[in-house]
Amino acid sequence: MTTFLTRLLGRLPIGYLQLTHHPGRLLAALAGVAFANVLVFVQLGLAGSMAESVAIPYRLFQPDLLILSPAESEALSDAATLPRQRLFQALVHPDVTGGTPIYMGRSTWISGHDASSSIQFFGIAPDATAFFHDALAAPLTSLSLSDTALVDTLTRFVDMRSFAAAQPEAPVPFEIQSRQLGAIGTVSIGGGFGGDGVFLVSDQTFFHLFPQRSSATPSHILLALAPGADAGRAAAELVQLYPPDTVRIRPVSEAMEQEVRYQMTERPTGLIFAFGVAIGIVVGIVIAYQVLSADVADHIREYATFKAMGFRQGFFIGIILEEAIILAAIGFWPGLLFSQLFYESLAYLTNIPIFMTTERAVAVFIGTIIACAVSGMLAMRKLAAAEPADLF
Amino acid sequence: MTDAAIDVRGLDHFFGEGEARKQALFDVNLSVRRGSLTILMGPSGSGKTTLLTLMGCLREVHGGSIRLLERELFQSEEVTRIDMRRRLGFIFQAHNLHASLTARQNVIMGLQVHGRGVPKRHAAAADHLLDMLGLGERLEYLPGNLSGGQKQRVAIARALVSNPDIIFADEPTAALDKISGMAAVQLFRDLGRTRGTTTVMVTHDPRILDLADRIVTLEDGRIVQDNVRT
Repeated sequence: MTTFLTRLLGRLPIGYLQLTHHPGRLLAALAGVAFANVLVFVQLGLAGSMAESVAIPYRLFQPDLLILSPAESEALSDAATLPRQRLFQALVHPDVTGGTPIYMGRSTWISGHDASSSIQFFGIAPDATAFFHDALAAPLTSLSLSDTALVDTLTRFVDMRSFAAAQPEAPVPFEIQSRQLGAIGTVSIGGGFGGDGVFLVSDQTFFHLFPQRSSATPSHILLALAPGADAGRAAAELVQLYPPDTVRIRPVSEAMEQEVRYQMTERPTGLIFAFGVAIGIVVGIVIAYQVLSADVADHIREYATFKAMGFRQGFFIGIILEEAIILAAIGFWPGLLFSQLFYESLAYLTNIPIFMTTERAVAVFIGTIIACAVSGMLAMRKLAAAEPADLF
Repeated sequence: MTDAAIDVRGLDHFFGEGEARKQALFDVNLSVRRGSLTILMGPSGSGKTTLLTLMGCLREVHGGSIRLLERELFQSEEVTRIDMRRRLGFIFQAHNLHASLTARQNVIMGLQVHGRGVPKRHAAAADHLLDMLGLGERLEYLPGNLSGGQKQRVAIARALVSNPDIIFADEPTAALDKISGMAAVQLFRDLGRTRGTTTVMVTHDPRILDLADRIVTLEDGRIVQDNVRT
């Protein structure tokens, strides 16, 4: 390794030799860097999981535009209702080929084992299959049977195995909101951070479950556009059809991005995760700084000697950066491994969509290098204490 | 080119600021001939180490003049002093070897200060010098596994390996036995004769005084005796 690094650096790898001279201290330093990596990965993983769980319901939809209420909240599940009349008004636009309302409501499902789960219900018209994901087309049609539901196999706190065989011909009964429903199929959506599961029902079944809700006030409206129509332009033109500030109209993908942004930057959970990432970075910098500054302090006489010999500042920067990069590059891998184990454990225990992505791993790796380099630059200040004249 | 490797004129030096300011050197004048071996002597606090560090570009010159290898150090830039130090060799009483580097690697650092080189040539030069100093069997030893005398010889090798114009040494023989000490100083003398390497050393070792070309004694920041030997 020394020979390889000598060739690479064009000088003896002083930083590497200093670090490996004290294996115990090096291991402690690597553990510190790995710990900081785990902190950052955990927070990024949770934040990514929240973004993913926000996006999943949007992926059920296959229309071009989404009409939302003008309420301030950007969350799909939080949105207030809007008049169904907005749908009919939209149909006058030449690019709009169709539309359907969707109704959303939340209920607590107490299963037979005293476990309770918060369920997000989507009430949709069974014949509006064109507005939903292709895989849902056939099961959605079956929802025309009253008091039937497609249940979420990823629902938390409930053993959903008994629903695996649910068919329209052989519904699996369950009770919710004091009403007997029959599961006629399953979907795999997952509750994410806002709930424990998602159930799809017909609009009529929805009104049975939520009698206070009216078909005249859906939660959102989905619009389909003619092939080749510009969704952004159509959305802008549609807004002009309504009285000011009565609707928000967005392409579905844009609405999804908007909600992800909203959840990450304006909701407490997102801010907590962002704060957690910042804490992880600060902890990483502090750990790396402690290691590097202690190393500089330990070698202050050697550095003073090098100064006396005529080595320039760039040489010392090189040594400290070399140490920083070694710590970052080696400490990253155990951090990645532990984080992967954490993700898998959390996904298994909670059913939230948490997983490692290449982009995240690369970003954290680069961030670790930068954080360690910043720590190294801070530790450089201690070099001023290396006064060669004091060696005599 | 003048015959003086070092030419000190009217040198004053101070430590501290304001009322705590204390003068360490007073109007010191000294010209050191190229290739000579000069010993600085004097009691503790006499200013000999301060003079050595000033001539070695390790401190800023406050007053007077030092011409080192025909470059004026008074009011010189830090970068100039760093460049000048590359032409010098330093031997410290406390060795100051890098604990993480082997004997060979410590010596190689004396070459790498001049930039990238051919690693094999660097290693060969270090090995040759360490072998000359009786450490051919200790090339891969870390300083922690060397005796005080062996460390001092590694420090000497590190100072000499780049063929410096001037060697500044602080008690270089303190950790060496009589034979090794004499051999080391004899080596400095030989380098002076063959390569014109100038040596200025601070020492209290009476065993080596006979090898000096010149013995300069300082007291209270002034040169009080200057014996030039023929």
